[in-house]
Amino acid sequence: MNAITQQNVKPAVELRSQNSSEIVVNNISKVYGGGPFAKEVIKDCSFTIESNKLTVMIGPSGCGKSTLIQLIAGFEKPTTGGITMNGKPITGPGKDRLVLFQESALFPWMTTYDNIMYGPRARGETGKETTELAEFLLVKVGLEAFRDKYPDQLSGGMQRRAELARAMINKPEIMILDEPFRGLDNMSKELMWEYYADLYEEERNTNFFITTDIDEAIFLADRLIIMTNLPTKTRHVIEIDIPRPRKIEDVVSNPRANEIKKEVMTLLHEEAMKSFSGGSKAAADFLEAYSKRSE
Amino acid sequence: MNIIKLKDKVLSRAFWRGIISITIFLLIWEVGARFEGWFGYLVPWIGLIPPPTDVFASWGGLIGDPSYWGSWYLSFMRVLGGFCAAMIIGIPFGLFMAVNRTFHDTAFPSFEILRPIPPLAWVPASIIFWPTAELSIAFVTFLGAFYTIVINVLGGAKSINKQYLQAAQSMGASQWDIFRRVVLPATLPSIVVGSAVGMGITWEVVVAAEMISGGGGSGGAGGGLGFFIWNSYVGGSYEQIVVGMISIGIAGYFSSEMLRSLGGRLTPWLKTR
Repeated sequence: MNAITQQNVKPAVELRSQNSSEIVVNNISKVYGGGPFAKEVIKDCSFTIESNKLTVMIGPSGCGKSTLIQLIAGFEKPTTGGITMNGKPITGPGKDRLVLFQESALFPWMTTYDNIMYGPRARGETGKETTELAEFLLVKVGLEAFRDKYPDQLSGGMQRRAELARAMINKPEIMILDEPFRGLDNMSKELMWEYYADLYEEERNTNFFITTDIDEAIFLADRLIIMTNLPTKTRHVIEIDIPRPRKIEDVVSNPRANEIKKEVMTLLHEEAMKSFSGGSKAAADFLEAYSKRSE
Repeated sequence: MNIIKLKDKVLSRAFWRGIISITIFLLIWEVGARFEGWFGYLVPWIGLIPPPTDVFASWGGLIGDPSYWGSWYLSFMRVLGGFCAAMIIGIPFGLFMAVNRTFHDTAFPSFEILRPIPPLAWVPASIIFWPTAELSIAFVTFLGAFYTIVINVLGGAKSINKQYLQAAQSMGASQWDIFRRVVLPATLPSIVVGSAVGMGITWEVVVAAEMISGGGGSGGAGGGLGFFIWNSYVGGSYEQIVVGMISIGIAGYFSSEMLRSLGGRLTPWLKTR
């Protein structure tokens, strides 16, 4: 597993999809239920997922980020406002916007290889080019020895890598990742950042990545969108101008990274505070703990 | 490789424990049944049944008897027939209820009213409305497995992780492909469980149905292990009653084992858990 730097796999196949695609979220809201039980999850929310960039969205947990993904993926519709992809409104799910979910959604009844090949087979693309791409991706994510294993036989990190490969083989114009590395231990998590950043730098397609982890956000993002508390909307956007390829150490030692980290923490902290009733003892304690952490 | 060795060891230990368990069981039975003859005290319950040695002697006499094997054959065919019919009708019925809301809302209430009726309560009615005794037994056997299979298939198909469906959708799969390669395999473990439970009920039901329907009827209907037991009782051959009972135990075990191995082959990913 320590072989990321040693992998001299030449991209025999083109991972980059030819298109450059962007998604514009225009002043949307999402309300669940009706009457006295109505719950507004998203309100007056606008942002752009820019073409051929890795946009990371960060916000307090439970702020409605996963709902945004349901909307952008087309599984649900916004209550008001609209989402467009390359100028066209999104009406339903499609393979141009591929979603990687929080929990592993690998099919337990398929081996690693069959999981990766699911999309192409579903669309009847089983030519030599596709099988070669599958082999390439297996090596790329370090799972060639596990091609005939079922998901339950893989570790958490391996499952996430298999899922990355399963998504990438479809050459989606836009990849949407909903806290994909949540629940992994710190070691596997950092390893996954490197795998994912590596894959991204190779393909340079449009990626939209949701997280609650500030280090993860700064390590990965080209653009960072910070969200408000419930009902969520865009709070602030930061361009992360740390050159690629980045190193894990950069998150700690790079002065620019630290500067951004402080800014993000301050903003997130303000949002977290809003969820407390004003001026309570708990809120004061929280404030103190948080300010110590960011020092 | 150590794991395989370890597994073998555990397996053989379990095997020997099984042997010891059965031996002790037979020993207690033998001594209990003969206690009155030896010591003049009648052990309650066990003392009234024939001892295993007598049962096995009686069994030995039956091994060469074609009519004994005929009973086996008849019961097996009825179980197989009723069970297969329940699978063929029950699996699509359950799946269709799971994927189609309209069908679910129309069919499910009637299904739920009929489900609590025990299959054996259907025996008189089924004798009335099926033309032959054979068909009425088959019908009652079918009912035994049908409800269990449907409920399991429905439950399994409805509890599929929503993210599997969304993942498939977002990879561009058609509805048919999602049904065939996601819904069906995701439901398969429930189908296997439902079938195994259904098979058990089928054996319970077929034997009772054979006893009630009298078995000895004309037109080839009748016979079967249930009738064999009943006939032995009427004829006063208590050893043969026990032979019949053990035969059903073995037959049921065989059927379940066959299903288990078939089910295991259909769901290889579950073995890794």
